[in-house]
Amino acid sequence: MKIDFSIRRMKISRSAGGDIFLLFVLITTGLFMAIPLVYTITGAFKPMNEIFLYPPRILVRNPTLDNFKDLFILMSETWIPITRYLANSLLIVVLGTGGHVIISSMGAYVVCKHQFPGKRFFSEMVVLSLMFAAEVTAIPNFLIMSKLGWINTLKSIIVPAWGYSLGFYLMSRFMTQIPDVLLEAAKLDGASEFRIFWTIVMPSVKPAWLTLMILSFQQLWRDQGGRFIYKEVLKPLPYALQQMASGGLARQGVAAVVGLIMMIIPIILFVFNQSKIVETMTTSGID
Amino acid sequence: MDTQITVENQGLMYNLRHRFTRLGRDIARNKTSYLFLAPYAIIFITFTVLPVLVSIILSFTHYNMLEKPVWIGWQNYLKLFLSDDVFLIAVKNTFVFAAITGPVGYLACLFFAWMVNEFKPKIRAFFTLLFYAPSISGNAFLVWQIIFDADQYGYLNGLLMSLGLRDDPIAWLYDPRFILPICIIVTLWMSLGTSFLVFIAGLQNIDPSLYEAGAIDGVRNRWQELWYITLPSMKPQLMFGAIMSITSSFAASAQIIPLAGFPSVDYAARTVVSHLLDYGSVRFEMGYACAIATVLFLAMVITQKIVQRLLSKVGE
Repeated sequence: MKIDFSIRRMKISRSAGGDIFLLFVLITTGLFMAIPLVYTITGAFKPMNEIFLYPPRILVRNPTLDNFKDLFILMSETWIPITRYLANSLLIVVLGTGGHVIISSMGAYVVCKHQFPGKRFFSEMVVLSLMFAAEVTAIPNFLIMSKLGWINTLKSIIVPAWGYSLGFYLMSRFMTQIPDVLLEAAKLDGASEFRIFWTIVMPSVKPAWLTLMILSFQQLWRDQGGRFIYKEVLKPLPYALQQMASGGLARQGVAAVVGLIMMIIPIILFVFNQSKIVETMTTSGID
Repeated sequence: MDTQITVENQGLMYNLRHRFTRLGRDIARNKTSYLFLAPYAIIFITFTVLPVLVSIILSFTHYNMLEKPVWIGWQNYLKLFLSDDVFLIAVKNTFVFAAITGPVGYLACLFFAWMVNEFKPKIRAFFTLLFYAPSISGNAFLVWQIIFDADQYGYLNGLLMSLGLRDDPIAWLYDPRFILPICIIVTLWMSLGTSFLVFIAGLQNIDPSLYEAGAIDGVRNRWQELWYITLPSMKPQLMFGAIMSITSSFAASAQIIPLAGFPSVDYAARTVVSHLLDYGSVRFEMGYACAIATVLFLAMVITQKIVQRLLSKVGE
């Protein structure tokens, strides 16, 4: 695989000095930002004596896989099979993210591109809701959940995720940029609203929903189900991992691996999604 | 007299009925639009709007989460502004914190997104990941605790002492003079989050023919291109980023509490949200916590209106 490090030269408005300056700034700040990433990765391979080294080192001297072995032993000994936790997490993350992207995009589409009474009021309400501290809405939220009888169900996490304000606002920002002529042409061709939404609107804001997927996934992946789920069989994976990691000093190695797993899964999705964004760009002939 | 009232009533009734039929007609005509919006609207109203409204109502009550709330009118708000001196410290800190981390973090997101976008896709993805790393790796900001440790083994103290700049270590996170600035630095370090990603997505949505047209029209360098072409064509994303900056800088507490302690020395890192958490989850005065949340909400709304006005001037 050949990676081309040159900056795009197709634009006339670029000076070589500026390019070098940008690259310099990027690399120095990049190194600085990468510290936690490197630290988390090396931490998982550190033997006990290096974990407790003070002051801590960022890099590992004698890498070992013991921490991983310890975690696998703990995983095979859980009271409820680890696959159950994994299945819960998959349900939450896949249904929560997928539903959020589709449902909030549908709403954002009509609010941006249709004319109907109440649309301004509604989108204003979404923006305002972003600014209310979530710390105090926890109690009313719990009351609503228990009125619905949703305590101790996975939908108590999945369904509210569909209605997060972030996705609606993000999608509607991008959808305002779609030219109206595009939609009118499709309408004249007799395409149904859902067809227009699915085959014209969504593809033209692909970078937006690929980004939203990352954001929503990250939030749901970290959810330990603590607010509404009290049954062990319904707990998600991060909860089980956290339990294994919190066993005092002897579990510090396991905790480091857990930290790595918690970080690496969103990164895999992130890299996958970024490559998809690149694909859209190549098909539209930009790069 | 009587007849007049009946006539007025009839007028009102007619008016109402007229309004309802018009509303009904509107709904029928825009059936598809409402159907598209309905799933989101129902969930959003149930799990977001309703809890917010309940919280605002609770702000007018005394509520300890065990007994039924008791209506006390404006008393929480009066107490907040007239007799809670810690709240005033929190407001001052939050103001300083937001005034720096909001704009600087916002500009950093924009600058780095624009810079990363200058590169070819693979390099771009790599740098995006590096910059986004502090936000993706959970509580990685705790690395900073080692840097700012209070003894000579803390990296910063060690550095200062080996350079001979200081003879004794500074207790960075216990010294009221340094706590807030450190929290600001750490927050800036982790500020390349949601807005950063959205700016990158926004940059990739810009029609490339605009740049060619700009070059013909006499755009000389990349800075002119940024101001006259790039920024105006991503105004929606700029507004999105602004809202994100406002909410994250006004409502910061997640990274401040572990760094500065709770409560922090001399309330040096007390923010409005940590004040709210103190009342909500330590003292169980939920009504009062809701009043704090409502005041914070109003402050953010006002800021948002001002920023919206500023952003409309981009590219002029």
